[in-house]
Amino acid sequence: MRNNKEKAIAIHKKSVWRRLGDQWQLMLMSVPMLLYVFLFNYAPMWGWLTAFQDYKPKLGLTGSPWVSMKNFAWLFSRQDFLNSIRNTLAMSIINLVLGTITSILLAVLLNEVRNRTFKRTVQTVTYLPHFLSMVIVVGMAQNIFASNGAVNNLLLSLGLVKEPVFFLGEGKYFWGLVGVINVWKEVGWNTIIYISAMTAIDPCLHEAAAIDGAGRFQRILNVTLPGIKSTFVILLIMNIGHLMEAGFEMQYLLGSSVVIDWSQTIDVFVMNYGISKQQYGVATAAGLFKSVVAIILLIGANTISKKLDEDTLI
Amino acid sequence: MMTATTVPAKHRRKKRQDIVFPIVNTIILCVLMFVTLYPVINTVAYSFNDGTDALRGNIGLWPRVFSTKSYVSILQDSAVYEAAWISASKTVIITLLNIFWTGMLAFALSRREYVLRRFITVVMVLTMYINAGLIPNYLLITRTLHLGKTYWVYIIPTMFSCFNMIVIRTYIGGLPDALVESARIDGAGDIRVYWQIIFPLCMPVMATVALFVAVGSWNSWFDTYLYCGGQKHLHSLQYLLKMKLATTQASANAAKTSADALKSSTMTTPITIRCAITVISTVPILVVYPFLQKYFVTGMALGSVKG
Repeated sequence: MRNNKEKAIAIHKKSVWRRLGDQWQLMLMSVPMLLYVFLFNYAPMWGWLTAFQDYKPKLGLTGSPWVSMKNFAWLFSRQDFLNSIRNTLAMSIINLVLGTITSILLAVLLNEVRNRTFKRTVQTVTYLPHFLSMVIVVGMAQNIFASNGAVNNLLLSLGLVKEPVFFLGEGKYFWGLVGVINVWKEVGWNTIIYISAMTAIDPCLHEAAAIDGAGRFQRILNVTLPGIKSTFVILLIMNIGHLMEAGFEMQYLLGSSVVIDWSQTIDVFVMNYGISKQQYGVATAAGLFKSVVAIILLIGANTISKKLDEDTLI
Repeated sequence: MMTATTVPAKHRRKKRQDIVFPIVNTIILCVLMFVTLYPVINTVAYSFNDGTDALRGNIGLWPRVFSTKSYVSILQDSAVYEAAWISASKTVIITLLNIFWTGMLAFALSRREYVLRRFITVVMVLTMYINAGLIPNYLLITRTLHLGKTYWVYIIPTMFSCFNMIVIRTYIGGLPDALVESARIDGAGDIRVYWQIIFPLCMPVMATVALFVAVGSWNSWFDTYLYCGGQKHLHSLQYLLKMKLATTQASANAAKTSADALKSSTMTTPITIRCAITVISTVPILVVYPFLQKYFVTGMALGSVKG
């Protein structure tokens, strides 16, 4: 007994280096990926220096002239960059609000279905769009929202509009369009997490409420929704950390020069200026601005979540 | 007396709710399924329609003038075969590499006694929130590593995803500790413990992660666009589709009248061809995913809560 205890203490007292030596197999399994992440995720951050340079590909990072904050000053004097900040925030807030409400609604409806086969069928169907590529989704959206597409036909036949609406050709529709397409694509997928939270609710609560005379709606309001509150809060906080990520692919593929004032997000701006126009310095500055705001949002969200006594993000 | 009168009233209301609600619910969910499937079926209908006729639009759930010409012309196009080969091969390689490395990393980070556990976990999780951004990554890959315009650009930069690592780690955390401990006492090293005991037990979660990675790789077009746009032999299927999308869109924007549309249709990709490629590139996913549904639902729930 005593011997064992001493042994345990001895193991505990082993220096970190000795313990590392004993764990060489674990290191072999994990350190390659650590190095990989340093190379592909952290090393490129040196490239942020480009934001303060008039970067010329021929001269490289070491040879390009330094211009201090000139790139940032230029950015904030550009109306199209200011527009892209507005578009990014607007679209990600629309996506967040619309996406959360619809997926909670759908999760509640699915949770009330008693027929297992029907429930599974609905789930299989609504998960499907999540697996379609953005290229395909945008192609479908162009068919559906075209002037002779299904949506316009429906609106015309219901008499809601007199002439076909140019959904794709007018900037004012773009944010809404992105919101609707995102809901179509992700609403089923996003219910997964809420449904798993709902199945974790003790069935006794439902039974007790039913015995007390609570109807379906009262049970949804007083048992189901409070049961997913913590999941909702965690996801909301995580999404605040991602507020600068309005998406890139959909805006890039669906947008055109006609609607660019409303479709260009910061990511698209970086693509257009950095890759297409080869203005690396300006584009990196825009990307760096986005990253800095994202970090501030993340720290803010993490602080809020700590205050709320929920799990922290990391 | 009071209760005697209120209880039956409540009962009546409850009963009516219990009859009406499921019916309304079923109707809502059926409408939702229809809305979800309509664009998909519409695409299939277009792909089986005659090309010239399709320009008139207004095709719903069934082709108006049935024709398999689009599929015939695609299947004679060698570019489609090449792109399909690129897409398929990169998907398989990336999926295997991801499973190999991410699984081992997840196992190492699930071991509480591992000295570097906390450090590596923080480094990995931070990558989910902070990234260097498009231009620095682009410069690293094209200028420093010279991966641009090669097949390797599809493989090397996409070998790891932290979200998937968390999903696997959480799953391993749910396995009994005694499995690892008893094997260690029998003298097995960590690598052997992982491959002989833990990995075989992780098949459900590995299937989930494999699906996520494979779908992501199969659906990606931006890497081709960014790094291999000029390399015809390296084009992926989704990139091919993206280019067809662009030409159709341009012609749609330019065409004010249907006469213009007819004229331009000879130069650009007809909508039917685009829809046919869409169908062909989606079929592999549709075949695989319903079978994996029960796995990825648990996987998603595991990863999201912990992540």
